[in-house]
Amino acid sequence: MSAGVGVDLENLWIRFGDFVAVRDANVHIKGGDFFSFLGPSGCGKTTILRAVSGFLEPSEGNVLIGGNNMKGIGPNKRPTALIFQNLALFPLMKVWENITFSMEIAGASARDRRKRADELLDMIALPGQGDKLPSELSGGQRQRVAIARALCAEPDVLLLDEPLSALDLKLRQHMRTELREIQKRVGITFIYITHDQGEALTMSDDIAVMRAGVIDQIADGKTIYNDPATAFAASFVGENNVFRGKVLEVRGDQALIRTNRSGDLLSRISTANQGKMNVGDDAMMFIRPEALSLAPTGTQGDHFVTAKVNHEEFEGNSFNIFMEGDGGKELKVAIPNHGQSFDDHSGQDMTLEYDVHNAVAVPAGELAAE
Amino acid sequence: MTTDKIIRVSIWVYLGIFFAYLLGPLIIMSATAFNSPSFPRMTPWECLTFNWFGELFRDERILNGIWNSILVGFGTVILSVSMGLAGALMLTQIWPKLRATYYTIIIAPILIPGVVLGISTLVFWDRINRMLGLGADSFLSNGLFLTIIGQSTFIASYCMLVLVARLQRYDIALTEAALDLGATHAQAFRKVLMPFMMPAILSAAVLAFLASFENYNTTTFTFGEYPTLTIELAQKVRYGITPAISALAFMIVALTVFFALVNEANIKRKKMVAEARKDATVGELAGKIEVPGLISRNPAAIALIVLVIGVATVTASAMTYSPDQCIADVQEQKRLETEKRIQELRDRRAKEAAEKAAAEGAEGGATQTAPKPSNNSGFGGVFAPNTLQNEGADDGASDEGAAGSSNNSGFGNVFDPNALGNDNN
Repeated sequence: MSAGVGVDLENLWIRFGDFVAVRDANVHIKGGDFFSFLGPSGCGKTTILRAVSGFLEPSEGNVLIGGNNMKGIGPNKRPTALIFQNLALFPLMKVWENITFSMEIAGASARDRRKRADELLDMIALPGQGDKLPSELSGGQRQRVAIARALCAEPDVLLLDEPLSALDLKLRQHMRTELREIQKRVGITFIYITHDQGEALTMSDDIAVMRAGVIDQIADGKTIYNDPATAFAASFVGENNVFRGKVLEVRGDQALIRTNRSGDLLSRISTANQGKMNVGDDAMMFIRPEALSLAPTGTQGDHFVTAKVNHEEFEGNSFNIFMEGDGGKELKVAIPNHGQSFDDHSGQDMTLEYDVHNAVAVPAGELAAE
Repeated sequence: MTTDKIIRVSIWVYLGIFFAYLLGPLIIMSATAFNSPSFPRMTPWECLTFNWFGELFRDERILNGIWNSILVGFGTVILSVSMGLAGALMLTQIWPKLRATYYTIIIAPILIPGVVLGISTLVFWDRINRMLGLGADSFLSNGLFLTIIGQSTFIASYCMLVLVARLQRYDIALTEAALDLGATHAQAFRKVLMPFMMPAILSAAVLAFLASFENYNTTTFTFGEYPTLTIELAQKVRYGITPAISALAFMIVALTVFFALVNEANIKRKKMVAEARKDATVGELAGKIEVPGLISRNPAAIALIVLVIGVATVTASAMTYSPDQCIADVQEQKRLETEKRIQELRDRRAKEAAEKAAAEGAEGGATQTAPKPSNNSGFGGVFAPNTLQNEGADDGASDEGAAGSSNNSGFGNVFDPNALGNDNN
């Protein structure tokens, strides 16, 4: 596997008039990595992608590909290939012509193009489909053709702009695996844009979580999930229960937080915020639904939460209990289904227990929209 | 129930009237092209003839007009489609705030009367010509150039409307994809945008050609030494029209219908092919493409064959079939008829005169005051001015002429509209 070509964003600002789409982004993407920008729509992640591919000049700062500054270099001269959100396959060209468009531009003969197209069609598991039109393919097949077309240009960096968003769930899950495998096979750097945290977590080596033009956290998936740096990252990636309050006491890497309605709870301070949280600060504490478990009703303590059950649902692999939570948000608890019988507790108080290491405290901040 | 029926019947009646209104004149004009009288008329039907087509193709001015129209048409197509495409591209790329204004400006020529466009074209280029110090025979005052420029001023707007409609469906990401894959802007335009725009460009070209071909208002000021077909026709009609013009009209109608049918068949074929391809998905996995029937595959070719056969039959029969005999027969018949009538009239008048003379003789001079309706009865009406004229006439007018001869004034048939046509014979 080749080392691949890295991409660096240095102090990148992108403005549209008064609107700041990207605010001082600093990202180092290692060569050969599968790197994702994760964020809700409108957070500026596509703007970053367009700046890397060359369709947009940054207002300030630099884009470096393989250490070379890309300032003033057009999209057709950059070693990048972009897979568009709607794929942008040329509707009037056959599949093989689509795939080898970059070779046509370079002046390759039709025979060479055919040959290369057949190789790539084999790679994306669509052998013998070269003579079809894109409109005659299914969504997943079109997806793969778009990937083959981008790979045919032999880019150093492949940019993907939410390419799976138009597919149905099953196909999306299948394509995740496939994309990851293709990336490992070709060994080039992939930069992936998505609002789907599942996609980001399953495929990426590293993820940048973005919110309103700002990058909140850059880390691998596990770190982001277990040790989020901001309230936004904690609430956007995966399901999370939030407890609002103030820091009552700091004990090393742990903090006792006086929550608004669940009493004083003990929590770990997230790595990025250690030493930055002081007594009296507004804080937020997050506990994942699967980190909560049932405890004897009425148990008191700094890792017990008591609340009233609103309703329950059965999801197959787990029972979900929804309880009255903080700030209008419900508290969700997922109890794994081991075949135990389950009684409906709606309207009753229930006590939950958690391991302090599974709770994480961050300074109060904006939460992701539901 | 009955109201239902009434509604249904009235819809059919309405449709009948509607189509009669639309197509009736065309059908009648087409029919007159095959009738032998020298004034275009359908009744009375005299002789089937193809002579008017021959006449048409012997008419130097008409042929020259067609040729000029084609030249102007092609020039206009090239100029207005390219201007229309540029305008359409501009419209999609201009700042949204300016778009409405830009649109109004670029559409304005359609709303301006063609006469105004013609005059202004003439005046404008004449000024330019003088400013450059060129003579009256320079390129800028050439009729072909002026006509193409003048027509394009508004035909380009039509083209733009057609092209904009297609361009709005274009996904700009396709151009970006091409750029991203290494294409230059020119390559992206040529290889991605142009093929996408092709159907609209072809429609715009056809539209431009037809608009140019039929244009009169603008051209009448600019044609110079290149009179187009419409100009020639207008000038010809001033001296009376002949069925040769009907023949031209018939050919234009036939060609239009033919191309419309071909187009329709082509669209159907494309649909069928697309469906066949979709159905063939499973078959294609095995590397097979089913060959649909010849007819479903190429109705356009079949239509072409039908046209060729039709033209060949018509030409062949026109070559072998000669209406001369028929025309001669009709003329002979008319001559005989006229003679017969003259004879009848003569006899009748002679008889009347005899009767009157007898009655006068019987009553003596008692009825002196009785008027004498015809003083020249003894001559049998041969000196009636109209009877003489009718002898030379070879069309149906002679019937009326003869029948109404006693009522006719001394002006003879000069006010008869057919008399004009008769002069040509």
